[in-house]
Amino acid sequence: MAWNRKHLLDIESLAAEDIVTVLDTARAFKAVGERAIKKVPALRGKTVVNLFVEPSTRTRISFELAEQRLSADIINFTAEASSLKKGETLKDTARNLEALNADFIVIRHSASGAPHFLARVLNASVINAGDGAHEHPTQALLDTFTIREKRGKIEGLNITILGDILYSRVARSDIWALTKLGAKVTLCGPATLVPRTFEEMGCRVTHNVDEAIRDADIINLLRIQHERQRKTMFPSIGEYTTLYGLNKARLEKIKPDALIMHPGPINRGVEIDSEIADSRRSLILEQVTNGLAVRMAVLFLVNGGKGPQEIAAN
Amino acid sequence: MSETTVILNAQAIQRALTRIAHEIAERNESGTDVVLIGIPEGGVPMARRLGAILKEIWHHSVPVGTLDVSMHRDDLDQRAAPTVHPTIVPFDVTGKTVVLVDDVLFSGRTTRAAMDALNDFGRPRRIQLAVLVDRGHRELPIKADFVGKNVPTAPAEKVHVRIAESGTTDEVVLEKK
Repeated sequence: MAWNRKHLLDIESLAAEDIVTVLDTARAFKAVGERAIKKVPALRGKTVVNLFVEPSTRTRISFELAEQRLSADIINFTAEASSLKKGETLKDTARNLEALNADFIVIRHSASGAPHFLARVLNASVINAGDGAHEHPTQALLDTFTIREKRGKIEGLNITILGDILYSRVARSDIWALTKLGAKVTLCGPATLVPRTFEEMGCRVTHNVDEAIRDADIINLLRIQHERQRKTMFPSIGEYTTLYGLNKARLEKIKPDALIMHPGPINRGVEIDSEIADSRRSLILEQVTNGLAVRMAVLFLVNGGKGPQEIAAN
Repeated sequence: MSETTVILNAQAIQRALTRIAHEIAERNESGTDVVLIGIPEGGVPMARRLGAILKEIWHHSVPVGTLDVSMHRDDLDQRAAPTVHPTIVPFDVTGKTVVLVDDVLFSGRTTRAAMDALNDFGRPRRIQLAVLVDRGHRELPIKADFVGKNVPTAPAEKVHVRIAESGTTDEVVLEKK
């Protein structure tokens, strides 16, 4: 199916076919990363602004490399060293960047909806690199890509997301993407971080970790978001690890071919045992490799989404 | 309803491929340095079919690859993103005679993109171009070395090539607007 979107703001508004288009396109871009020459001219002459108002390392580096491999020109803009510190509004910052003829804005912001706002006020294509606790669409696409690559499909798989769901934009985007493609999603964690309201998104909610992971084909662990958390959410990190951390004893009870994912950065010894993170079951580093391919695919697709929708004959 | 005419049927396509293969063999003598690279989608089964015929002529197998050109197109911001197909070039092209294979030659822009894309895989000794249908209306200084059939067309018309590896249901259809 032809992609006709100018922006990537969230997964919620995508159709299942759109997600599949991204995954199929990303497969070709992953192959580009395996060649001797890893660069293609698809975005030659285009300017991308990486507007990271909230700190990020892996997502920012992944986007930067994706943009470089597509031959785009890049401007990096971080909150620490910018006019935002001097009181400039997001709208003014973005307008100034657009006055430089930026074609794409990749935005990470602590406020939910910031990318949607930019998409309304700017002509550039906007890509959401994480907005508050709302969505992180490229993470969900790379998770989905990784699962499909390993298992050949998404439909019918039991996928358990374990950890801080309430504050996690990754969880929200993952839930949208995986349920749209027909996976059976189970959420698990402390009741304060995994409220029953998530059942409205079409998933199962449980607070019993052993039951949540027993039939899982994929266990996706989420980091405890210290920075978004109030102290009252759970008693201590130690207690969380005991009750919900993935350790060797729990590992013995899961399906023999179950795979473990984590969007990073991992807190070794908190949500995951160090040895498990480095084990054969772990897809953590493959997720990083696939993230690059998925972000190249997204930039490639939204670039085409700006033009007239005529497919050239022959 | 738009009017359609079959311009090549399955037998005519097989004859054209056989002739193209013999012309490739004539131009490249022993063929030990020749590799075939098909451009998706139509060029891929066509390259495999040419490879099978050349194997009978040369008595040795001919490497066949697939080269997707969508990342090297010059109209990416003027159209919906094209479907990206896998690129499979499981051999070194450096020093080889690469025969690019496409079903239809039209503006020549796909061929230009293919030559650019090929650059990333090495430096061929030479590049030749084989097409099943040359429909004219070139926008670049590009010419095919091997042509199955020249078909005069109007720019708004469409040429549909249905070509499979088996070959039984093949046809080339001209759709008039």
